[in-house]
Amino acid sequence: MDIAPYLLLATLEGLVQASVLTLTALGLSVVFGTMRVVNVAHGEFFMLGAVGAWVCAMLMPGPPWLGFVTALIVAPAIVGLLAAAADWAILKRIDYDPEATIISTIGLMYIIQQVVLMTFGPNAQAVDAPFYYTIRFPWFGYSSYKLFIVVAAIVLVFALWRLMKGSRVGLLMRATQYDKDTAQNFGIPVDRVYSGVFAVGAMMAAIAGVLVVPNQQAHYLMGHDPLLLSFVVVIVGGLGSIPGTIAAAVLIGLSDGLLSVFFTPTLAKIASTLLVALVLVFKPEGLFGKATR
Amino acid sequence: MSVTQFKVEGFNTFYGRSQALRDFGFELKGGEVLCLLGRNGAGKTTALQSVMGTVKPASGQLMLNGENLFGLPAKEIPRRGIGYVPQGRRLFAELTVAENLEIGLQTRKAGREVLDYALDLFPVLKERMDQRSGTLSGGEQSMLSMARAMCVDPLVMMLDEPTEGLMPSAIASIREALVKLRASGVAILLVEQRVDAVLPIADRVAFMDHGRIKAEFGIDEVRNDLSLLHQYVGVSDKAKA
Repeated sequence: MDIAPYLLLATLEGLVQASVLTLTALGLSVVFGTMRVVNVAHGEFFMLGAVGAWVCAMLMPGPPWLGFVTALIVAPAIVGLLAAAADWAILKRIDYDPEATIISTIGLMYIIQQVVLMTFGPNAQAVDAPFYYTIRFPWFGYSSYKLFIVVAAIVLVFALWRLMKGSRVGLLMRATQYDKDTAQNFGIPVDRVYSGVFAVGAMMAAIAGVLVVPNQQAHYLMGHDPLLLSFVVVIVGGLGSIPGTIAAAVLIGLSDGLLSVFFTPTLAKIASTLLVALVLVFKPEGLFGKATR
Repeated sequence: MSVTQFKVEGFNTFYGRSQALRDFGFELKGGEVLCLLGRNGAGKTTALQSVMGTVKPASGQLMLNGENLFGLPAKEIPRRGIGYVPQGRRLFAELTVAENLEIGLQTRKAGREVLDYALDLFPVLKERMDQRSGTLSGGEQSMLSMARAMCVDPLVMMLDEPTEGLMPSAIASIREALVKLRASGVAILLVEQRVDAVLPIADRVAFMDHGRIKAEFGIDEVRNDLSLLHQYVGVSDKAKA
């Protein structure tokens, strides 16, 4: 058996998965890193992005790319506003208490799920890819849209990196992340930083949801897997570490792609869960995490 | 330019049912250094945190140039011109020296001249601008913590044990900076354990115990009667003076 075509296909599929996972997990990681909030509703923000893409595709007349571009703008914006409202209405009022935020975001998760179920029904909804072009490899053709996902993820990760490292807003976010009290001692509006970070985290997940929906149908329960995999990535990479999250997402995405093609998807899930267990035992702070601040 | 008037009055602060500050207060004018001395647990750090609003006092008044700042959100206190050097420096360790200073500058949107002034006082920091602050030596970290607070362009500066654990050369740098800061008209509240670090630059000394100020003296009174130190903070006058 010639292994090369399988290896290439598995790598490409792994890269696509890693890209979506990077975006979703980065949102979770940024929120935890800055606010110390474990957002269990993060998968629902992903789902809302996907459902939003379907709604935009339904409502926008004309070619599929028009609805897709609209969705890329509108869905993350609405999800970001919803997240900011949730921060104001719930998280701020419980003073970001770690235990209470877990319980309250579980509640938020169910509320979002049920609202989507009641509004759009239980059926999975397909969305056309914005463009169809097949890239020919010697052994098979591959969807150019899937490679677009990889490129889009790289661009968005770079944009987040620049935001965090090269902007005044990013500086305030990082200062708040390292020491909330000292940040306040220098006039940093920690509550507004938290609200913005929660919105940005949710928007990252929503963008991932918009990007994924031409490959995977939109459904009110589709947020579970991305949430679990994001937790895996964030734990392996190191809570709150952006480089760690990216590295872990690529590692897990690629291993998932390779193991799924050469063995079974179930084995891929077992491997990633085992990896989490090993990291928790031997390097609890994650591969790129710092022990404490 | 009018002289800064700063007054803390009747601060009562609680941690749960335990009262940490009891009717705490002091007055301070621009160009003046008040040293707050007291044993461990006397409430010195709580007093500073209460002024900064990161610990919420149950009652009190916080007057700066006639404006009552009491009850304002914590972020507003530094924006009104109160700079703070916290105990243990509390630098943003992952940020560079330049970024730490930028955090100070953005508080009151201070200009480049404020940064230059702070760096002129601590020139060693100029060579470390791109270095992560967590990798600086203890003395450099203290200087950065103070320079960061100076970048607020403060009317009042509060320092919580800035010389803790430092070598004599670093202590001298910080002392020199404090003297220049006082000369520029900033009101300074200095919390210290080390009496020898305090006496050369203080105008007044307040002794704190059990969450309140027990007594306050002019610096000449303390210098002339070093037994006061033993009486209020339990240090040997021979050893420390």
